[in-house]
Amino acid sequence: MEIANIVDKCAGVVKEVTIGATKDEGGTRGKVVTIGGANSIPFLDFDGSPGHKPAIAMDVYDVPPEEWPEPLLKHYADVIDNPANWAKKCAEYGADLICLKLDGIHPDKGNKSAEETVSTVKSILEAVDIPLVIWGCENDERDNEIMPKVSEAAKGEKCLLGGATQENYKTITAVCLADGHNLITQAPVDINIGKQINILVTDLGFPNDRIVMFQTTGALGYGIEYCYSIHERGRMAALSGDNQMATPVICDVGHEAWRAKEAKASDEEAPQWGSFAERGIMWEAITATTLMQSGVDIIRMNHPEAVSIVKKHIENLT
Amino acid sequence: MITLAERINGQFLDVKKAIKERNPSVIHDLAKKQTEAGATYLDINVGTAAADQEDAMKWLVESTQEAVSTPIAIDSQKLSVIKAGLEVIKNDVMINSAQGDPDVLDTYMKLAKEHNAALICLTMNKEGIPQNVDTRIEIAAEIAGKAMEHDVDMDKIYIDPILFSIPVDQKQPAYMLEVFNQIKLISDPSPHITVGLSNLAQGTQEKSLICRTFLAMAIAAGMDTALMDVLDTELMDTAICAEMLLNKQIYSDSFLKAARP
Repeated sequence: MEIANIVDKCAGVVKEVTIGATKDEGGTRGKVVTIGGANSIPFLDFDGSPGHKPAIAMDVYDVPPEEWPEPLLKHYADVIDNPANWAKKCAEYGADLICLKLDGIHPDKGNKSAEETVSTVKSILEAVDIPLVIWGCENDERDNEIMPKVSEAAKGEKCLLGGATQENYKTITAVCLADGHNLITQAPVDINIGKQINILVTDLGFPNDRIVMFQTTGALGYGIEYCYSIHERGRMAALSGDNQMATPVICDVGHEAWRAKEAKASDEEAPQWGSFAERGIMWEAITATTLMQSGVDIIRMNHPEAVSIVKKHIENLT
Repeated sequence: MITLAERINGQFLDVKKAIKERNPSVIHDLAKKQTEAGATYLDINVGTAAADQEDAMKWLVESTQEAVSTPIAIDSQKLSVIKAGLEVIKNDVMINSAQGDPDVLDTYMKLAKEHNAALICLTMNKEGIPQNVDTRIEIAAEIAGKAMEHDVDMDKIYIDPILFSIPVDQKQPAYMLEVFNQIKLISDPSPHITVGLSNLAQGTQEKSLICRTFLAMAIAAGMDTALMDVLDTELMDTAICAEMLLNKQIYSDSFLKAARP
């Protein structure tokens, strides 16, 4: 009996986005990271090309994070107030990208100046040769003041800058366009707004092959299913030809997983939950590997062991 | 939605005159305008304008291809005219159309296969156009069967159940919705479903309103292609909105703008 050919060809392709620029390309990076390119559902090369492997971006903060539990903090205790050394450590842990999160410019978390922030960015660019994601503090006023300076300081490096929201997208889009960076478009677990913000930034003339979408991530037990189904629906739309959804996706796993009570509760507080030393790592790794199946292209992570588990998992699946 | 733009047709006076005088600028203009309006195919029909229909078809196809590279639907009831058009075609092409008799289908399926062309097949045969749902479905099934027999990809087959104008038979639009629903069930994957939308409003006032209202109803019932006035922006917007309401496009506040060409 003849076996029917059930290969399902997709009409759409997720755009390829390259982050980082080498010396020849006008930057100073030792390597660049290309994401996207999927023409089939994640990790299935049966129907078409699943595109580039997901990349791991490890977080570096410009101010020491306040509530990191011990099993995570201990890996960074010696570099927690030195972003450049912190970034070096992440590179050693196997990060494909550094995600510099500028929480410190927020009025409530340090209100750092533009000069100080620019010098942090420069110090990281010097300390490591992998590409950078640079993310504001989500206070519109401060972001609009600082991000243009940061963008200018990193001009030519083809960073990924975030984030453009429906309420505040013009400044960040304009500076990314002017300085040649890629742009994160951001939506609050809302696929309609996710699409709308992509349309808004492309209307300003921003090329859609330099956009990476972010739907505010939910960790395991904290809304991961909403996040998963939005990613999945967006990816299916992209594969069926919806050009506005055909951009790679970034998710924020580390931050979300490590603020879950399951990651933070000590052995004394929750003896029935298993080892405190391992729980958070598993929480982060499971959140990451679950979201990978929904079609994500950059995973922000924190713990070196979780990173190593997820990287191994990616290798096994590709 | 797959649209066949209807304006390059010898039944329109400007096109008739252009064919007669072999004046390509009228054709260039229509080809560009309809392409900009979002036409998937430019339908080309010589109408009754020319004594030598084969030659007129070649000229229309060539003139259109001088202006745009949009796929063309060669529209004629005569095989010789369709073949004449196929001789000069450069890009993707659709044959519009074949009747549903087995011997006719054999000829057209072979032709479609040979030219890697899409093919519109009418649910009518030598006995005429059926007035009921069942016979239309029988002919549609015959068409799908012939496509499989000739190894023509079902994605290339467009079944046209023939839409009458309202003054001819007002029961037909409702029948038609039932026909669309049933055609979807005759094979998996199912063939495309198409109609000549403007036929519906022939001889009526409020043509645009009638067409766009039926278009929304028809899309909901499974029709995915139409020969229509792509220059009617309200009609085109209706198609976009209907597809969004059927969850074929993710909603955003700018969904209309995003889906327009």
